[in-house]
Amino acid sequence: MKILVPVKQVPDTATQVKIGADPKGIDTAGITWIVSPYDEYALEEALRIKEKQGQGEVVAVTVGPERAKEALRSCLAMGADRALHLSDPAWENADSLTVARALAAVIKQEAPPLVLFGRQAIDDDMGAMPAQVADLLGWPCASWIMEETISEDGKSVRAGRQVEGALEIFTIPLPCVLSAQKGLNEPRYPTLKGIMGAKKKEIKDVKAADLGLAADGAQLLVVALEALPPRPPGRIIPGEPAEAVKELVRSLREDAKAI
Amino acid sequence: MASAFWCIVEDDRAGRPKKVTGEVLGEAARLARQLGGQAEAVWLTDKATDEGLKQLAEWGAARVWLLENPALAPYRGEVWTPALAELATQHGVQAIFGAVTARQRELLARLAARIGVGLSADSVAFSLQDGKLVATRPVYAGKLLSKVTWSKPPWLATLRPNVFRLEDPKTGATPQVERPAVAIPQGTMTLAERKEEASTGLPELAEADIVVSGGRGMKGPENFAILEELAKVVGAAVGASRAAVDAGWRPHRFQIGQTGRTISPKLYLGFGISGAIQHLAGMRTSKIIVAVNKDPEAPIFKVADFGIVGDLFEVAPLLTQEFKRLLEK
Ligand SMILES: Cc1cc2nc3c(=O)[nH]c(=O)nc-3n(C[C@H](O)[C@H](O)[C@H](O)COP(=O)(O)OP(=O)(O)OC[C@H]3O[C@@H](n4cnc5c(N)ncnc54)[C@H](O)[C@@H]3O)c2cc1C
Repeated sequence: MKILVPVKQVPDTATQVKIGADPKGIDTAGITWIVSPYDEYALEEALRIKEKQGQGEVVAVTVGPERAKEALRSCLAMGADRALHLSDPAWENADSLTVARALAAVIKQEAPPLVLFGRQAIDDDMGAMPAQVADLLGWPCASWIMEETISEDGKSVRAGRQVEGALEIFTIPLPCVLSAQKGLNEPRYPTLKGIMGAKKKEIKDVKAADLGLAADGAQLLVVALEALPPRPPGRIIPGEPAEAVKELVRSLREDAKAI
Repeated sequence: MASAFWCIVEDDRAGRPKKVTGEVLGEAARLARQLGGQAEAVWLTDKATDEGLKQLAEWGAARVWLLENPALAPYRGEVWTPALAELATQHGVQAIFGAVTARQRELLARLAARIGVGLSADSVAFSLQDGKLVATRPVYAGKLLSKVTWSKPPWLATLRPNVFRLEDPKTGATPQVERPAVAIPQGTMTLAERKEEASTGLPELAEADIVVSGGRGMKGPENFAILEELAKVVGAAVGASRAAVDAGWRPHRFQIGQTGRTISPKLYLGFGISGAIQHLAGMRTSKIIVAVNKDPEAPIFKVADFGIVGDLFEVAPLLTQEFKRLLEK
């Protein structure tokens, strides 16, 4: 079975991000880039499906600038068979919907029965992509899945989505979109052999025109990024534990009115 | 009506809207008033109740659009989206708001794609500038805020729970209920099983006013009983750091942070948590933060409003006692 895994390159979670000279974006100088962690769960799951079935193909896809090739290279090192790099001026400063349209178009061309996303990219934290792509394709979708099994006949998937207070397990006909939640699996580290092998695997460049798309203009516009308002300075309550606890509870009640 | 702000109802699957819907209606009503419009509720359900409808009116819904159909439960995006899109297109609404919940975060994204408009997910503030909506949303794991606006209406947004105020209840308000004729597709995915989580008897993490949270400093799964004791006394939910979750001490759904849940309770109490940047991402919008850690240099003290440097195994039980004493008064 062919499985498509869209991924996004994002700043490392430990990065102190700073607002850029153009306040609509961040200052990218000195940033370490990684594959968004949730996308690794998605890729891992796709690789496991392929291994279990003993056949198939895992294709990593990204929409992003030239540096995003590194993210695809990481996916190939983990075990993806090939990669597609959607890179075009039409997608610079794209909003979710523009990216979703690009991904939907490439998915139509590739026609995989399953698309596995991470639940959200940890840069803009929008989390809209899996559902938007599903809707543009007219496919069913289960978000934040914690488990999945492809049926014997390869025509459907049983997937458990995390909702408040429960896991809802659906039988979903393929093709469909799933998005991975943490807990679905533990992603593997690339082996040295994988890293060496990745250099020989194909990363194909795809332009907007290849997908029959023209620049469509963002629907959601970033006005500006802003720093967080500073939190008022805190207070370490001194003293013996029993005394400190008394004072803490008094402060929570009387000063902070939090209880 | 041109300046209608629609609010998608989040319910308990038994005909009662959840409090977060009151928050969404409250914010929608405040914004709509500035444009001479009103907040309206849209309820997709297999079964509404009269009390539920009344509750929506009391929370400020000037009208309730009710789509009641067995195919609407359980929530499936492929079923809800076309129905809602048809209704929205018929009525030319100004905005459609939802809550950041499992179903609505997916629904609003699908709907935005279907109608071809922008979506501001996980919004924490709104303003109107020259008659246009501007939303504020945390990005980069809450390290920065992003102000966004829409190139055209309807303005779609999801709102973070526990951030927005309810309006003063319109006690005794009677709901004006509309039952529009809208095609509800049957859908292709079917629910095979619903596995309820073992009830902790404590509130849901995202909705709780108070969250007690434990990290690697808890030293083992059995010690979370200490935090549950405390949580029971103050009616809190119990969360955990990733270190505690990855050690297998707590299930994934209780993880707070960048790769877990984002919470904004009135009060967050962290025990044996160092305050890694990825953890702060999930709780730094809490109104009051309390940290208990034996290391005075722990970064969590940088965001804490109150801190106690000490052994949590000593402090937590004392705190439970002290809260008990206070609340028994
Ligand atoms: C991609 C990525 C995503 C991540 N996502 C998340 C996330 O979503 N959520 C998250 O929490 N982390 C996340 N992390 C992990 C994060 O970096 C930290 O490793 C983690 O938060 C540490 O958990 P902790 O504070 O419980 O443990 P530690 O950092 O080990 O801290 C334990 C603390 O307990 C204190 N302590 C020990 N014993 C006692 C005692 N008896 N009394 C009082 N204090 C005591 C210690 O002084 C110490 O400060 C992520 C990391 C990465 C790389």
